[in-house]
Amino acid sequence: MDGKNIKLRLGKSYGFQWLIYVLAFACLVPLLAILFYIVKAGVTKINWHFLVNIPKPVGESGGGIANALVGSIIIILVAAVIAIPIGIMAGVYLSENRRSRLAYWVRLCTDILQGVPSIVVGIVAYFWLVRPWDIGFIHHKGGFSALSGSFALAIMMLPIIVRSTEETLKLLPDSLKEAALALGMPFHRVIFKVVVPVGISGILSGVMLSVARITGETAPLLFTAFGNPYLSVNVGKPMQSLPLLIFNYATSPYQDWLNLAWGASLILLFWVLFLNIFTKVITRKWKVQL
Amino acid sequence: MITRSDIPLRVINSSPEAIAKAKARARRSFRQIRTENVFRRSLMIMGLLMIILVLGICLTLAWQSRLSISALGPKYLWNKVWDPVQDIYGAWPFLLGTLLTSFLALIISIPFSISVAIFLGEYHPKGWLPNFLKNAVELIAAVPSVIYGFWGLAVLVPIVRSFESSIGVVPVGVGIFSSSLILAVMIIPYAASLGRSMISLVPSHLKEAAYGLGATRWEVIRSVVLPYTKSGLFAGILLSLGRALGETMAVTMVIGNTSAIPKSIFAPGNTMASVIANEFTEADKPVYLSALIELGLVLFLVTIVINLIGKRVIDRFTNE
Repeated sequence: MDGKNIKLRLGKSYGFQWLIYVLAFACLVPLLAILFYIVKAGVTKINWHFLVNIPKPVGESGGGIANALVGSIIIILVAAVIAIPIGIMAGVYLSENRRSRLAYWVRLCTDILQGVPSIVVGIVAYFWLVRPWDIGFIHHKGGFSALSGSFALAIMMLPIIVRSTEETLKLLPDSLKEAALALGMPFHRVIFKVVVPVGISGILSGVMLSVARITGETAPLLFTAFGNPYLSVNVGKPMQSLPLLIFNYATSPYQDWLNLAWGASLILLFWVLFLNIFTKVITRKWKVQL
Repeated sequence: MITRSDIPLRVINSSPEAIAKAKARARRSFRQIRTENVFRRSLMIMGLLMIILVLGICLTLAWQSRLSISALGPKYLWNKVWDPVQDIYGAWPFLLGTLLTSFLALIISIPFSISVAIFLGEYHPKGWLPNFLKNAVELIAAVPSVIYGFWGLAVLVPIVRSFESSIGVVPVGVGIFSSSLILAVMIIPYAASLGRSMISLVPSHLKEAAYGLGATRWEVIRSVVLPYTKSGLFAGILLSLGRALGETMAVTMVIGNTSAIPKSIFAPGNTMASVIANEFTEADKPVYLSALIELGLVLFLVTIVINLIGKRVIDRFTNE
């Protein structure tokens, strides 16, 4: 072998190795830049007054984001109440019927749902719940409402919960279920008292990930929850939420509103990152495969 | 209904109390079987609900866009003018805007995401620093898109504006280029995490054989690892593309929102998702609304196809 040639090849190898190191860590630059900038811009805006007041009209300084905080919490809770039972049961169905034809289609549709653009979910929720409709004896009045926003977000939560439930339960040994069935336990009690409690860590991680995902979703809420400058706890009426407030105020020309948006961004960002990191930590602790 | 045949023979001829007890037991087990069947059926219904949702989304979009499909026909998709005031609807500016932003974002993000995949899959699969990088890259996907948009508007757009004035184009800042940059950051994690798991699946005997022949590390990566994981990396890139196509908020905030056909990559424009987000609640004419929904239908179908191809490639790769 030519000594010069091998040096060249090794040099090339090291060169590419460093190039890859640099490019890989360059991905962190935008993340850190965003974190740094949001913290810098948002941290001075947050105080008690900011958390317990609603936005002031244009021209008055001060004001807070209490309506968006309350609205976000209500919308997410309602979405979770809709999506968690359905998602877990569909996940159990998939793990119990691995080879059936219907399960194949259910799995396919879950994959499709996971990829549906959030704006499309918003459009569909608009037509199902916001538009008034009338089929014979059912008259649906419609109108923008927090409930329709929750419904749209629940559609986005479902695939994550279904897949994480299925993946977790698939890993459980069959002997566990067989032992319970052999003791004469009815099937639904085997599921609720044995299978789901054993897999609860994985299921919970999926639920938390899905909550983290929908917390920041704006597009499905644009045509459903719509936003509301006042504090409202009525799920049948329009409601403000953190991402909607950020979107509306970030594109406004008023400094006071921009300030509100920066503070809200910081709260939203930290809440979402906290949920994600918390999920990662507990999945590692519980040794869950997601 | 409990019949005689449900009661074991040995109790039939015994005391009436025993018969009553046996009947009660039989009734209980019937009830149990019934609840079990109801439970199994409700599990199935929840599964069916997924199919119903997807079909419902599809049918709702198709039904609500029927007006524009029948009034405008297929030429709607390549008609170049979008002017709702004059009742002229053409989707081409938005199709072009979506394609430009998505592919530009893909081109920008591929070197970074593949580097992360190679770094984590091949060079350093273990250790605290790779672990940190892996988690941090996954957090990129967790940041809400409205925050990307806000940050882009406040930080990135001024930078792009000064860059534009330094290369001599009209310095608007907002536009296709800015949204591509934001999108490129947002889609890195999808290709990176999939690529990482694919690269770590490369059998070590293949790599060892190449090392044994005297290949350097880079040569092993280039001629063993990358060819072996080609289809997996492709799937990861497809999934990122699916994300980029449907991304709404960040793009809406930095693309500039004009319905004119973008003349260069620095010009402002609109994507399908951003035009829906902007004009949906303002659409006052039925055809206008229906034209917007048809955009949503196109978006929905395109992302379904891309995601299904990506999933199929992944399944085939991991089953091999």
